[in-house]
Amino acid sequence: MITPYFVIIPLFAAFLIALIARKKENIAAGIALIVGIILCIMSIYSFVLLSGNEGAIYYHFSNWKAPITISLVLDYLSSFMLIIISVISLIAIFYSLQYLNHYTGKWQFFALFMLMITGMNGVALTGDFFNLFVFIEISLFSAYSLVAFGCEAEELEAAFKYAIVGAISSTLILFSVGILYSITSSLNMADVGRLLLNEKSKVIYLVYGMMIVGFGLKSALVPFHAWLPDAHPSAPAPISSMLSGVLIKVLGIYALIRVFFNVFGAPQIFLQIILILGIISMVVGGLMSLMQWDIKRLLGFSTVSQVGYIFLGIGLGTPLGILGAIFHLLNHSIFKALLFMNAGAVEYALDTRDMKQMGGLSKKLPITSTTSMIGSLSISGIPPFNGFFSKLIIIIACIQAGHPIYAGWAILISIITLAYYLKMQRFTFYGKQNFKKIFEKVPFTLKTSMIILAGLCVISSVLIIPGIKEVTLDKVTEVILDKTKYIEYIKPLILGGR
Amino acid sequence: MTLYLMTFFLFLVGLYGATTKRDIIKIILAIGIMGYSVNLFLILIAYRSGAIYPILTKSLGKELMVDPLPQALVLTAIVIELGITALLASLAIRIFEKYKTFDITQVRRLKG
Repeated sequence: MITPYFVIIPLFAAFLIALIARKKENIAAGIALIVGIILCIMSIYSFVLLSGNEGAIYYHFSNWKAPITISLVLDYLSSFMLIIISVISLIAIFYSLQYLNHYTGKWQFFALFMLMITGMNGVALTGDFFNLFVFIEISLFSAYSLVAFGCEAEELEAAFKYAIVGAISSTLILFSVGILYSITSSLNMADVGRLLLNEKSKVIYLVYGMMIVGFGLKSALVPFHAWLPDAHPSAPAPISSMLSGVLIKVLGIYALIRVFFNVFGAPQIFLQIILILGIISMVVGGLMSLMQWDIKRLLGFSTVSQVGYIFLGIGLGTPLGILGAIFHLLNHSIFKALLFMNAGAVEYALDTRDMKQMGGLSKKLPITSTTSMIGSLSISGIPPFNGFFSKLIIIIACIQAGHPIYAGWAILISIITLAYYLKMQRFTFYGKQNFKKIFEKVPFTLKTSMIILAGLCVISSVLIIPGIKEVTLDKVTEVILDKTKYIEYIKPLILGGR
Repeated sequence: MTLYLMTFFLFLVGLYGATTKRDIIKIILAIGIMGYSVNLFLILIAYRSGAIYPILTKSLGKELMVDPLPQALVLTAIVIELGITALLASLAIRIFEKYKTFDITQVRRLKG
């Protein structure tokens, strides 16, 4: 059984690093890199493995039967998220090997990084509400510490803000889990879904509200987004790309999809709320990015805007909309990780994040400049790159579902996206030279990881070709849209019922 | 019912404190109050009037027991809250070293 090792291996590695690699920082980096490679292979293997197991593998702790014990559920959606987590984290670990030359305490960084991966893998796999809360807390706990890793005044301030918002949202989630337990006397997600089918209590709307606010705070939907543009830019660059690329998607978007689509059966009120909030996020994030002069802050607001696109696709609730949403989720994690790494490389070379003090970098940093151009074109939706296809699918899905006005908003914001990324390109890599001198060259591992991610920007558009789409993205969409399969498996395990 | 409403009121007190107070220490305490209210709520839903402690022994037979699962959850939640509070407190100390104040309105070097 492969499933529990996604949690065990990084958790073990975190403590191994803390125990033996305190003085020897190369060993810490080595352990992290090896774990990254192992998880990468395992997650891709798990996707292949699923086709032979009717699309789902269950693991029950200590061999107890399902509703009593904590269960881990590996299906196509979980496996898809695991692949995103492990690929981006492997590249981020490789990036940080030389990026961390400016910092002290490398082993702490890698130990916390491993704990963050533990939490995220756990969230992607768990089939138990309280377990979901625990894993969310594990990953957020390390995320707070990693945002404050540099111990500068701004970083501490950002981490404090993030920690307060995170604590409020986690408390809301725990509260809603408590209410769910009082309605159904069960914590197993599939069992709760089965018991809620016959439940007409109005209290469930309180649970919906608390879950939307709780997970919305974690995924930075617009009324709850204020922490993101502070927290994500303040972290070291590899952590920014992990937070923006993966963490908000796993803790926020994935958890919302899992809970609302598979357990609650996609209630209409949820879809409408998410649709409206998605559009508001898209517009507000896009307009706020236009005004930024701090390069990483611009990328942070851009994340808010792009998350809006994903929620627009989910809120439509049609198969095409969901397909677009998960494809955009994958693409966004690739190019936003790439763009944050570019910003990190520029910061490494110039020691500033202010775009007014850059300009003309394309000659000095050719690789950073080229890969950043690829990332910008992808995120703005220019044809050969992956962002074009996912945005196109979402826009077509809007029109098909009878919401042409929403499609118009999506196109308009896409143009605004192009505008602020052209602004970033113009003031950072082209135009007049405003910086004094380059302090340090961009090291090898930074360049390599940026090139790999830029390659992935092009390669991942392959997933939309008919033939490949059926075995990859369509499988994930099926899991989200199938309202019965996730809760069916629990039935034979319950003898006599309750 | 009154007890549930009072627990919810305690939760709102915590939320009010966390969102309106200006002192960092008070914000941390408010987060603590929110956590306690949720723990109280979990204990309340486990309580059965006139029930005994949930330990299965041969002499007791089939009497009504309180629900043991939320009690286990509360223990875990308390440990997590302890960790979060410790982290917040250490961040508060570091912020005080940098800014020389606990007033959140003066801890504003990030724009926007």
